[in-house]
Amino acid sequence: MIIAEQKPLDEIKSMIADYQKVLILGCGTCVTICFAGGEKEVGALASALRMATRLDGQNKEFIEATVQRQCEYEFNEEVADLIEEADVVLSLACGIGVQTMNEQFPNKLTLPGLNTAFLGQPVEQGVWDERCQACGDCVLYLTGGICPIARCSKSLLNGPCGGSQNGKCEVNPEIDCAWQLIYDRLQALDRLDLMMEVKPAKDWSTSRDGGPRKIVREDLRLTFVEEKQS
Amino acid sequence: MKAGSNLEKVLTAGYFAATGELGPPQSADTAVIEKKAGYLKGYVDAVNITDCQTAVVRMSSMAVAVMLLRLGLEPTMQMTCRDRNRIAIQSDLLGAAALGIKNLLCLTGDHQVFGNHPTAKNVFDLDSMQLLSMVKGLRDDRRFQCGDEVKGPEPRFFIGAAANPFADPFDFRPYRLAKKAKAGADFIQTQIVFNVPKFREYMKRVVDLGVHEQCYILAGVAPIKSFGAARYMATKVPGMDVPDEIVQRMKATPKEKQAEEGIKVCVEVIQQVREIPGVAGVHIMAIEWEESVAEITAQAGLLPRPAV
Repeated sequence: MIIAEQKPLDEIKSMIADYQKVLILGCGTCVTICFAGGEKEVGALASALRMATRLDGQNKEFIEATVQRQCEYEFNEEVADLIEEADVVLSLACGIGVQTMNEQFPNKLTLPGLNTAFLGQPVEQGVWDERCQACGDCVLYLTGGICPIARCSKSLLNGPCGGSQNGKCEVNPEIDCAWQLIYDRLQALDRLDLMMEVKPAKDWSTSRDGGPRKIVREDLRLTFVEEKQS
Repeated sequence: MKAGSNLEKVLTAGYFAATGELGPPQSADTAVIEKKAGYLKGYVDAVNITDCQTAVVRMSSMAVAVMLLRLGLEPTMQMTCRDRNRIAIQSDLLGAAALGIKNLLCLTGDHQVFGNHPTAKNVFDLDSMQLLSMVKGLRDDRRFQCGDEVKGPEPRFFIGAAANPFADPFDFRPYRLAKKAKAGADFIQTQIVFNVPKFREYMKRVVDLGVHEQCYILAGVAPIKSFGAARYMATKVPGMDVPDEIVQRMKATPKEKQAEEGIKVCVEVIQQVREIPGVAGVHIMAIEWEESVAEITAQAGLLPRPAV
């Protein structure tokens, strides 16, 4: 899922400085699960901002709401009245939610209250690790199900590099060496043969390097159905 | 001959090779390069020019390599994947070959987090293995990475790669070296060897795989300047293996004699690795202490360097 974390309060305060009535809009999906932008965090941030702005001598109003998925128009439509009534929207969704809101309500500015961090997994209570970089050309079948693109600091396809020591990455002792993990896993599966071949240069065109990406499924498009019927 | 460099000639003639290293300045200063080149000229067969090592901005490897050529030394240009994609690398390789550079060391490169621009965006379009394949493809198949033909003279390099016998997992390291040879490495320069028994075990496995017959393996060595430097390398540098006995030996040496002792340790390591089957030479990394190379090579019996 998408992992995010709340922006520092001071940054949020400066973003909303020019607005009186602020709708804090949470999202019920990924950011709820990672405790960054769900209903609970909307409430906590609203309280913190009420207190902080009052101390600063401002008299701002904060409205609280949370939709199920801010990245889809139909869910945001449910709170259209609240959006209308606010001077600005402070979104606690990921960057996709923030952009959906700005597209859907072009007359209202929606600000990001979170920093969208990565695609990851909760590894223990309160700890999330990156797992996928959405490179668009999955190599997990070659690497024992451990992603070197997202988890090796240099995204090596022929690791581990010379900086792997005691299972850790030279970049930071908090980071597990992805290639040590891959080696251990392939050894356990008796598939070390997969590490013996030189993996060729990756086609990055399916990654962000190919420009903004888009998937079109003609079989799912409503226009497709209409064309067929006509 | 693949590129006809001096280093290639020395190795193919069966001599025990000695290479050095020169770190470019963090400025446009040419005098310092001339000074360092003077410390190395005549003592080594080729000189590696690092490519912004530890991700600190320095004068470009290609520029310094050309200066070395003018000064009558043979450069080994280092090329990393950190700052350049396959387009920029191949462009630089055409330029380097045109300028007369014949040795190329292919590296993935230190992560920028270690350097003086930790907020930079990195590239890592290729890894060192894929870089080796690309350089070999340009030379032997006259093909760019995309498959297009090189129309005209192709860039011909004597291709080098690095290996760290002391990194984990130890059991995989000889196989990774074999992969580098298969990808295109003609010669290998290893991480600095202080732990000779561990290196000996590594080389035994490398020889068992026959990799020493596919490429020339140069053992990395370096003089330690002080007890502090020994302790730093032992505890702070990832992928370095400095046995405690060497650290203690430096500690037990009076401060004013530590540099001399460090050179002695380096010479002893050279003499030991020279006896290990499969070792074709040494790569002396006396970065910021280039003036020690004359003494190291003399004491180790590596002089005069062969004229081939």
